[in-house]
Amino acid sequence: MIEPGSIPAALVGGALIGTAAVLMLGLNGRILGVSGIASSAISPSSDGRLNNILFLAGMLIGGAVLTAALPASMPGAITENYGWLALAGLLVGFGTRLGGGCTSGHGVCGMSRLSPRSLIATLTFMAAGIVAVFLIRHVFAGTA
Amino acid sequence: MRALNFLALGLLFSIGLGISGMTQPGKVLAFLDVTGAWDPALMFVMGGAVAITFIGYRWVLRRPMPVLADAFQIPTRRDIDGRLILGALMFGVGWGMAGFCPGPALAALGSGSVEVMVFAGAMFAGFWLQKKVS
Repeated sequence: MIEPGSIPAALVGGALIGTAAVLMLGLNGRILGVSGIASSAISPSSDGRLNNILFLAGMLIGGAVLTAALPASMPGAITENYGWLALAGLLVGFGTRLGGGCTSGHGVCGMSRLSPRSLIATLTFMAAGIVAVFLIRHVFAGTA
Repeated sequence: MRALNFLALGLLFSIGLGISGMTQPGKVLAFLDVTGAWDPALMFVMGGAVAITFIGYRWVLRRPMPVLADAFQIPTRRDIDGRLILGALMFGVGWGMAGFCPGPALAALGSGSVEVMVFAGAMFAGFWLQKKVS
């Protein structure tokens, strides 16, 4: 059994993620951006809402399959501190919509299109994540 | 029936995230912890995904239209504005706090973890709030 997150698994997993992104464009003409898909799934007026809901359903089924078949890939969250998790989730949700994308839309799809916006967004959220982890772990020694 | 391809793509994408290691927040934080015990493995997720997508997009876009839709819908904006930077900063801080970005959080919801539900619930609240205030 492969160890999820090892370097070979990272390459294989990345290739599957890329394959999904290519098929999304080739079949449906759309960019595979999860924050956009998920936010329009909860917006009653959005175009193609059913498609977005089905994509999310597929993701949840995938998560359930992984939990059964590759449990090491699904360890859950790093803390039981609900307030911390809620603040983090709120920042991720608000920030990805304000910035127009996340790791999939800007990181994978946008970088592959050589989009300057996506390149700047990706460098910015990577840098912010690195600084946040540095401050939490090495300066304040907090939850993460 | 066309809509079912979205279900299959969500499944494929989610399995890819799980195999890659992105659904392990401890692994993500170790990747972001460049001054500590840095774990570079997740760099290869982005590498593998961008390599396939970069080549695949060029191949797909040689066609006049997508297989199941009338036209390609590709973002055209190229300007860098304050919203892009501020949004990416907020996202990065939240990512560094919990180790989940949107895709892996949704995949991990399939595990039934209550902590992941708290994170994902707040993330959806963030989507809604951003739309409300903009």
